[in-house]
Amino acid sequence: MSGRIGPLLKRDLARLMLGGRGGGAVMPVLFFLSVAMLYPFAVGPDAPLLARTGGGVIWVAALLAAILPLDRLVEPDIEMGMFDQWALRGISEELVIAVRVLAHWISFGPPLMLAALPAAALLGLDGETLRIVEIGLLAGTPGLAALGVTVAALTAGLRGGAALSGLLVIPMAVPILIFGAGSLGIGGESGLALAGAASLVLLAIAPFAGGAAVRAARG
Amino acid sequence: MTDLACRRGDRVLFRQLSMRLGPGEALQITGRNGIGKSSLLRIVAGLAPAFAGNVETRGSIGMVDERHALDPLLPLGRALGFWQRIDGAADNELARLGLSELLEVPVRYLSTGQKKRAALARLIGQKARVWLLDEPLNGLDVHAVELTETLVAEHCAEGGIALIASHQPFRLGHMQAMALADYAA
Repeated sequence: MSGRIGPLLKRDLARLMLGGRGGGAVMPVLFFLSVAMLYPFAVGPDAPLLARTGGGVIWVAALLAAILPLDRLVEPDIEMGMFDQWALRGISEELVIAVRVLAHWISFGPPLMLAALPAAALLGLDGETLRIVEIGLLAGTPGLAALGVTVAALTAGLRGGAALSGLLVIPMAVPILIFGAGSLGIGGESGLALAGAASLVLLAIAPFAGGAAVRAARG
Repeated sequence: MTDLACRRGDRVLFRQLSMRLGPGEALQITGRNGIGKSSLLRIVAGLAPAFAGNVETRGSIGMVDERHALDPLLPLGRALGFWQRIDGAADNELARLGLSELLEVPVRYLSTGQKKRAALARLIGQKARVWLLDEPLNGLDVHAVELTETLVAEHCAEGGIALIASHQPFRLGHMQAMALADYAA
């Protein structure tokens, strides 16, 4: 079985990082940066205000950027018959989904953490705030990845699945957002732990919920 | 398989279907569109639940249907290469299938028949004992039809089993035929 994880992960990464028509990992990063760039235009160049609210903006931008590739995560492989062929070879849907969560996270988590550096500069965040934002993103983005893949599997094959998956992810991502962004407040470090805990719960559920969803979609 | 029945939505497509295939045997399932040929293959493959009855298979199962499971954006060589790494296969008979010159062409630019031949290459590389072929001749030219028939004959000669769902004639010695209409509910 372990000999098959390598090719699966390699394929997923190639599709999600370089990703042909979808723009791959570049699109979420550009989206994220453009939000960080537009925000000062919208609220005005008031440095203290930007510094106070900038961390939260980064979090919202990260959440929205994570939603962008959802429609490419699972549905194309069901349509192509990839899951059928994997099932025939004894490769479970759970394994495929688990590998995909990892690949999805690699394709947007670390790139967003890197992009948070210029974004923090645009918003005038100080070093301490940036540090907490980065740790928070490290704790929270794996959960966002797990949630994204699960919801993508659930909405695969539905009409308007892309829009629906965005709507489904946002409320379910609220715990990560509250704890992650909340960690920026005074004495909020425990929020990081709670964001991490929410991430772990989502990571634990994702392969089974996603695998069951793929089997149900197959009908 | 014994007493197999299949339901799609509220309709039961067929029931009381029993058969048995041993090594080297091939069976063609015939019938008009919508009678449940593809559903039967998916039940045998374990990809769809049977409404009633049991399927028992020994050995690995390979399937070719209208979904070719090859990344449309990748060149054919790399799309097949993915399955080679999964299956650990060395030889997909690419030259025989006339795919050697197409390895650099992205899958989305291939014709229906070329994709079908690529799916057959994937099936050969899988080295499965049981072949499930859903309309394997659709979109193939005369030469490729003969080639597919030869490949199935070789597969059966090596002790493999082939279950073919097709409304087109499939020429193969020792081929049994079963009309699914006889079991229609």
